[in-house]
Amino acid sequence: MSDHLPVLIVIVPLLAALAMPLVARLSRRAARGLAILAPAAATLCALGALARARAIGPWHYHLGGWAPPWGIEYVIDALSGSIAVLVGAIACAAAVYAGPQASRLAGSRAALFDSMALLLTAGLLGIVVTGDLFNLYVFLEISSLSAYALLSAGGSRAVVATFRYLLLGTIAATFYLLGVGYLYALTGTLNMADLTARLPAIAGTATFGVAVTMIVLGLATKMAVFPLHGWQPDAYTYAPAAAAGFIAAVMSKVSAYALFRILYFVLQSAGAAGQAGRLLGWAGALAMIAGSVMALAQNDVRRMLAYSSVAQIGYILVGFSLPNATAMTGALLHLIGHAVTKGCLFLAVGGVLWQARSATVGALAGRSRRMPWTMAAFTVAALSMVGVPPTVGFFSKWYLLLGAVEERAWVFAAALVVSTLLGAVYFFRLIERAYFHEPPPEGGEPPGDAELPASMLAPILALGAVVLALGAFNQSVVTRVIQFALPEM
Amino acid sequence: MTLVEAPHLHYWLSAVLLLIGLYGMLAQPHLVRKLMAMNILQVAVIMFFISLAWKTGGTAPITRTRGEHPIVQEYINPLPHALMLTAIVVSVSTTGVALALLIRIHRRYGTLDERELLARMKQDAPSA
Repeated sequence: MSDHLPVLIVIVPLLAALAMPLVARLSRRAARGLAILAPAAATLCALGALARARAIGPWHYHLGGWAPPWGIEYVIDALSGSIAVLVGAIACAAAVYAGPQASRLAGSRAALFDSMALLLTAGLLGIVVTGDLFNLYVFLEISSLSAYALLSAGGSRAVVATFRYLLLGTIAATFYLLGVGYLYALTGTLNMADLTARLPAIAGTATFGVAVTMIVLGLATKMAVFPLHGWQPDAYTYAPAAAAGFIAAVMSKVSAYALFRILYFVLQSAGAAGQAGRLLGWAGALAMIAGSVMALAQNDVRRMLAYSSVAQIGYILVGFSLPNATAMTGALLHLIGHAVTKGCLFLAVGGVLWQARSATVGALAGRSRRMPWTMAAFTVAALSMVGVPPTVGFFSKWYLLLGAVEERAWVFAAALVVSTLLGAVYFFRLIERAYFHEPPPEGGEPPGDAELPASMLAPILALGAVVLALGAFNQSVVTRVIQFALPEM
Repeated sequence: MTLVEAPHLHYWLSAVLLLIGLYGMLAQPHLVRKLMAMNILQVAVIMFFISLAWKTGGTAPITRTRGEHPIVQEYINPLPHALMLTAIVVSVSTTGVALALLIRIHRRYGTLDERELLARMKQDAPSA
């Protein structure tokens, strides 16, 4: 069993997704259990595989015993293993959180929602562990299709937003596939490791340039890199809370991971990472400023968080574009930290929406008195977004800033500081509302304590605690995991 | 060297299809037409992959137990075909999901024309 951990990471949620409608027919309780246990089991598999990869080096798992480059291989190393653990854990938290909302849906619809969430988990985990470019495309589409289904469950506006996302997402995936096609035409291989060995021979050809452009454009759209972010704010704003929390937390991060992996572990051998990276760095710097400015102007907290995600992807890109270990460490730490932080924020705002029937900035007024625990976690996560120590956001931004200074990239360093200041403005505005404003005199809700049910509160608090823990133990996260996940430079 | 050479014609064809698809997705105001343009975009890439495998005078990669065996070099590469089977499945699923979304949009707003849709969404904005 333990010899097959890499494939179990994907298969467990995949089979659970298929079994879900059947199980739900037999017992609602068992179906809820399955929705939570399957991502938990996948997380444990990822942890086991990561432990083994840390002990004896990268684990190359051949699917069905077919050796690459003919067969598909899954690769677990410090990078893919830790991102898989991250994705699995957040999937698990979102599944627990979805419980009370699922119980309000009719039986079969709740089961379908859980089924799609599991399918999304399987797709994202597949992107993370695969070592094959075409296999990555298939997982990309599996995750996208299930994400469309989840996002569209939020009502009429969500359906329109999802349709837009579907069109853009399909263009992105098709571009990626075309890029892969060019690479295949040039080298005759789809395996990432095999490709790395063959690329130097064709570096500098026009076809190779087109291939890199197509792949980068495709993945950048999926990541919602400014100015390709147009689909994101609407999609996140109108989605059901549990889906928004999960998708906002990990989906763009997994695309960022895929871009990082392909740029620095595959295309690097042909020297393409530098040029593409520089361009992405400037897009990232623009995104940091533009995302923050647009977030300032929002009245709906979910939309504000979505624009803030545009800015945060900018931080990650800037880190990837700077060719030194400090900046890349910062980018990876930010990728992990922001996934947890943004998940916590979206789930907490979903909680406010659940109780107050509104998620505007005004609805936060006096929230801390009615939902003290939710708002405490929200505040911790918001402080991490701003970059206040001892949260993880401070340390990742610190690494990024040091990396920018080390490279004498003053424009990037300035953009980091300005974006952080803008972030402070809109997040402190939220915190101030929640703690220092009087609650609105009459709302549709009964007065007094309105804390969330335990199953919604627990994931929010857990993610909030992880934000603090990642900050407190950032040193060991860096020296034990991220250090081994960096490309050779 | 001319830019368009006969052996490269199929690459140009798929590039033109790709651009037709992209243009349609941008320019068509009707959502169903956007979806059809999306399908053209996907077909462009499928054609590209399939044409990669083509060999003049090549044959299907089937080993026959009797009769003459074509040598391996004469086989048409089956891998792009296999990949594109998957891509076609993806394309069909995407179209299915998109049509389901369109049905829900039409039920709610009574139109699939983007300009009208935006106007009607503005009319019944619940809490902007």
